[in-house]
Amino acid sequence: MKNRALFSYALAYLAFLYVPVLVLPVFSFNNSEFIAFPLSGFTTRWYGALAGDTAMQHALGNSLKVGLVTALLSTLLGLTAAKAVTHYRLRGAGAALGFISLPLFIPDIVLGISLLLLLGASGLPLSLAAVVLGHMLVCVPFALTVLIARFEGFDRNLEEASADLGEDGWMTFWRVTLPLMLPGIVASLLLTFITSFDEFLVAYFLSGTEATLPIYIWGQLRFPERLPMVLALGAIILTASVGLVVLAEYIRNLGVKKPMVGA
Amino acid sequence: MGLALAAPLLLMAITSLKSQSGISFSEGWTLSHYGEVLGRASYRSLFLRSVLISGAVTLVTVALAYPMAYFVAFHARRKFIWLVALTIPFWTSYLLRVFAWKIILGFNGVINSGLMRLHLIDQPLEFLLYNPFAVVVTLAHAWAAFAILPIYVSLEKIDRSLLEAASDLGDSRFRRFLRVTLPLSMPGVIGAAILIFVPTTGDFVTPQLVGGTKGTMIANIIEVQFNAVGNWPLGAALSLVSMAMVGVIASLFVAAARAATRAAR
Amino acid sequence: MSFLSISQVSKSFGGPPVVDRVDLEVQRGEFFSLLGPSGCGKTTLLRMIAGFEPPDSGAIAIDGEAMNHVPPHLRPTNMVFQSYAIFPHLNVFDNIAYGLRKLKLPKQTLRARVEAMLATVRLEGLGTRAADQLSGGQRQRVALARALVREPKILLLDEPLGALDKRLRETMQLELRALQRQVGITFVLVTHDQEEALSLSDRVAVMEGGRILQVASPRDLYERPSSRAVADFIGEINFFHATVREIGGETATVNAGLLGIVTLPRANLAAGIKTGDHILLAIRPEHVRFASDGVAGDIAAATFLGERSHIHVSIAGRSDPISISASGAPATGPVHLAFPPEKLMGLPAGD
Repeated sequence: MKNRALFSYALAYLAFLYVPVLVLPVFSFNNSEFIAFPLSGFTTRWYGALAGDTAMQHALGNSLKVGLVTALLSTLLGLTAAKAVTHYRLRGAGAALGFISLPLFIPDIVLGISLLLLLGASGLPLSLAAVVLGHMLVCVPFALTVLIARFEGFDRNLEEASADLGEDGWMTFWRVTLPLMLPGIVASLLLTFITSFDEFLVAYFLSGTEATLPIYIWGQLRFPERLPMVLALGAIILTASVGLVVLAEYIRNLGVKKPMVGA
Repeated sequence: MGLALAAPLLLMAITSLKSQSGISFSEGWTLSHYGEVLGRASYRSLFLRSVLISGAVTLVTVALAYPMAYFVAFHARRKFIWLVALTIPFWTSYLLRVFAWKIILGFNGVINSGLMRLHLIDQPLEFLLYNPFAVVVTLAHAWAAFAILPIYVSLEKIDRSLLEAASDLGDSRFRRFLRVTLPLSMPGVIGAAILIFVPTTGDFVTPQLVGGTKGTMIANIIEVQFNAVGNWPLGAALSLVSMAMVGVIASLFVAAARAATRAAR
Repeated sequence: MSFLSISQVSKSFGGPPVVDRVDLEVQRGEFFSLLGPSGCGKTTLLRMIAGFEPPDSGAIAIDGEAMNHVPPHLRPTNMVFQSYAIFPHLNVFDNIAYGLRKLKLPKQTLRARVEAMLATVRLEGLGTRAADQLSGGQRQRVALARALVREPKILLLDEPLGALDKRLRETMQLELRALQRQVGITFVLVTHDQEEALSLSDRVAVMEGGRILQVASPRDLYERPSSRAVADFIGEINFFHATVREIGGETATVNAGLLGIVTLPRANLAAGIKTGDHILLAIRPEHVRFASDGVAGDIAAATFLGERSHIHVSIAGRSDPISISASGAPATGPVHLAFPPEKLMGLPAGD
């Protein structure tokens, strides 16, 4: 029947998606430098090697820093823009949104290069700060999409009701607007962080001497003997990301139904 | 923000017009780089190949993703779980995913060693890696989520009562799909196609890792100009030309798709 | 001195005025309704009383205090929104207690007050229920409770029963009326449903195009409408064109075309009508009688509605059939209609 064929296809497609990803953990425990079957026994030495790799840890630190700053700034910008667009019904809103979303449609390499040129011309150094700026260009559209969707589902009456019941502007924001926007804000932070963390092309051009994690990985790919370590790193990143998403979901569903008298 | 975008692009345009000698930019403007870009046959064929590969990637990715999105929109019971399951593979580094395919498709890679172990083949399959085929497969995997989500959203938005009305008026399920579902999901498909085609033309990671010499794309050359060769103006010219080309193709595609959808009604 | 006083209030949103020089006085403890079709300005007027929209001109005063520069969170009014606006991230108890936070009441007192209000709106025991698990009727009661617990001077209600199904609506109407009597607070209700306005209110203001057409008790609106618009809006009515021949001390004589020369009590004529005026004679469907002689006509359609039947009778010389509401009436055939003069109203034909 149609359903069964479609279902089998769905499973097959899912397998297609997951198999390459599963290669990472599988071979990260493989006791051989060659990534091939047959497997040669279980080992954790590649993970151990990671612990001693200071260059990698430095790059990881850089990526975390860049990711966090990018996430915060992009979400902040996205918030103000989303609020402006939905609340004040500005006339140029559609055009402005299109413009802001433009980076999504420009190949990363073009983005990276043009920013590189811009920095060169203005005399600003290539650095992690430059990477943050570049990432923001890419991440703000994502943040905007999430936040605008959230804003539009927001009943304006709720803020009026709060005012009607005696709360001034600031308290209304604190007691009604913010709690209801929180899931959207968290989602935006998460999305922008992960986008920035994983971003390679723009960082490649803009980071100068400091490496982010993807740049570090790129450098390692040339050396076959370091491959299993890289796979171990990838496996860790995967687990951490999944864990983060699960945690975020959990937190999101926590604050919803508890009675908080006087909140 | 729009200004922040315009400035670098403008700068790139300016740089591409400058001439260069030695390590620093020399005086004077020139269109010689554009002449080089458009004139050299090797560049032209490279452009062509890039467009073809990107087009193939877009086609394959969208074609593979559509049934998946359809399944989740219409037949899945716990849609959220499916969507999460579909996005989890993308929580890994893009580089590593591409690299994973290199491992899988390689001469001594997973597929070959596995098949040889199972005695299904004697010699490793050579066609798997270092050619456009590998690039297409790898990117179809990498962009899957970008394709599934927009298509899913537009499928989900379709008013179910429209489908019931079509059935009520005599359409078989297949006809109904062709006449109602497909046209109504076109915005999502077009969005997905653009979302995939454009970045693909600018990707140099995948071609470099799995494309080999037969699978090089324009972005590789651009990257080389900026890093190894140091001929920034040429690189800039190449970038702008490729971007313009991509833009034109994308607009043509969108216009054509819209016209086709309208005609099909 | 009236409790809520609205004088010459106008408001426009960049086009023709939505509220046009409205004057209104509401007494303390009244159940007052603003009735009118969509777009007549009633909701805008309500929002101006609440403070969400500033009037372009005019003044609003509550209990003697001018409200023109007072923001909504400081006004002695509370509103029940059409969409109820229940806070989705709080449960029932916290929703109701929301407006009490500012008062900084001791925990016991707060709890007692909220519980008492829960009982008043008959939602006892539902304090811990989440907002998204409430039915329509329950949400409406939470919205009511939340507004009332603050003991406002005026409770504003914006089409509060519109989203409920018919049966629930009728039950809630009775409850609302009883509640108002019990609590004694001034209610100002906005609705487009004339049955609702008539059954709930002490007085009703009929609005159209941003202006007040008439303010009166439900009975007066029904039996003594001051204009065609009001008469038409409230219930069903039959109109006949007529000219005033003579106005005497107790009676007036009019030339009513198809109905012939009719003499009706002078009190039934709207104010300001003079001899020679072109007027509309109006009579409600339930007052038209079937008689042995009178105006001749044919039954065009009859709908059986249980206790009464709704009958349309077409008569020669007139395009619209006459609407009649009667019990035990004939269903077809030729009939004669009588129009008791004491039930005829005379309205200005101008508008």
